[in-house]
Amino acid sequence: MRITCPICGDRDLREFHYRGAAKLMHRPAPDAGDEAFYDYVHIRENPPGLNRELWFHELGCRAWLVAERDVTSHEFKSVELAAEAKRGAK
Amino acid sequence: MRYSALGVFWHGLTGNKGWKPVWRNPDPKPHYDVVIIGGGGHGLSTAYYLAERYGIRNVAVLEKGYLGSGSIGRNTTIVRANYMLEGNSQFYSHSLKLWENLEAELNYNVMHSQRGQVMLGHSDGQMDMLARRGNMMRMQGDDAVLWGREDVRKHLPYIDHENARFPVYGGLMHWRGGTARHDAVAWGYARGADMRGVDLIQNCEVTGIRVEGGVVRGVDTTRGHIGAGKVALTAAGRSSQVAAMAGLRLPIESHVLQAFVTEGLKPVIPHVVSFGMGHFYISQSDKGGLVFGGDLDMYNSYAQRGNLPMVEHVAEAGMALMPMIGKAKMLRSWGGVMDMSMDGSPIIDKTDIAGLFLNCGWCYGGFKAVPGSGDAFAHLIASGNHHPAADKFLLSRFRTGHVIDETGNGATPNLH
Repeated sequence: MRITCPICGDRDLREFHYRGAAKLMHRPAPDAGDEAFYDYVHIRENPPGLNRELWFHELGCRAWLVAERDVTSHEFKSVELAAEAKRGAK
Repeated sequence: MRYSALGVFWHGLTGNKGWKPVWRNPDPKPHYDVVIIGGGGHGLSTAYYLAERYGIRNVAVLEKGYLGSGSIGRNTTIVRANYMLEGNSQFYSHSLKLWENLEAELNYNVMHSQRGQVMLGHSDGQMDMLARRGNMMRMQGDDAVLWGREDVRKHLPYIDHENARFPVYGGLMHWRGGTARHDAVAWGYARGADMRGVDLIQNCEVTGIRVEGGVVRGVDTTRGHIGAGKVALTAAGRSSQVAAMAGLRLPIESHVLQAFVTEGLKPVIPHVVSFGMGHFYISQSDKGGLVFGGDLDMYNSYAQRGNLPMVEHVAEAGMALMPMIGKAKMLRSWGGVMDMSMDGSPIIDKTDIAGLFLNCGWCYGGFKAVPGSGDAFAHLIASGNHHPAADKFLLSRFRTGHVIDETGNGATPNLH
């Protein structure tokens, strides 16, 4: 697997740290209640196809990235900066 | 057909022409008391114990591929009971006791070998941690011996004791730990279940779970609808998708774990050995291959194959611990998909849907759990009550905060 970092370009998998589902960017409000936090902390969609996920370019530009990757073929469909993804979502 | 030494001798004399297929290949019936989804280790052992211990024989195991085609045939075959936490500790202890009588019970050679499993320590702090773990294992009633430097030198003369970065300080030996022939475990349970009337239905993929008024009614499959009084999920690796058919969302990510085997060598490694300063564990199969593994690839995957950086990482850890294996040629590597739960411990529980039972989230620990999981799950399905050795593996623990987090990593499934 290689990941195309929006800043550094096509880089080796070893430079990246995997954090998990991209939903972790959307922390519920402090008063959202137990059920919302249960869902946020523990529940994962875990799809057999495209997964939206967080990668950290630890040994590169140290940017957080949001990638869409097919978890059955390991093919990346898109990679963008997490900061931009968050701005776009608002 | 009951196996015996005399039988093997007799078939040898008569050209080995008398062996028969070990289980039937039946068509599905319209209705079963219990339908088990997933014909791997956990599904087959559940079916066996349902029929043998809990008197429920009108049972089908549905498998989308062939029996034992998933992680039961893809692991590194290690059997141990060296857990610390309440919940895990008594469960793996129970499972190990079932292992110790398994071959006699199944009349099947699963090649269970209690050769000892040792975790090495490489610092004072790690030795304290091993002493603590050993004490907790002994309090559970299992065995553990704390080894000093000289003990490790005596039993494991072939490792690099003086590695500059990771010198060996000692280890924790669990003599009742060991290995077993993984495929044979699936086959032994399959044969035992079939002999007791369980229908093992292969090439039968479940495509839907029918629920009416909060009660499970059956499953839709590629071989038609099958009615069921109860439906049990043992589809680790694919639990999220199967559970989603019933509208359940699980605290699980699927990850790939790679394993490796070398060419066959003369006996060199008599135990199961775990490196303490990198994720690396190794044993030698009875055929002579060195079987070893390491960490997950760390990213979600359903691919049953991994990437090269982890191959390199595991090989480096192995070379740091035992440079002698560097000249062995690696024959094969493969990947298995596992349910990584959010606290690193499994789930054996009822669900909010009456008659639907859940067995998933086995992380790295599925193989050694096969007997205990099958027994506990069959107990739950038959009686509706949790088996005393598995009454902490509740799905609700993630909601209530009673997680069983052996490694203390929190809700990061890839680190457990």
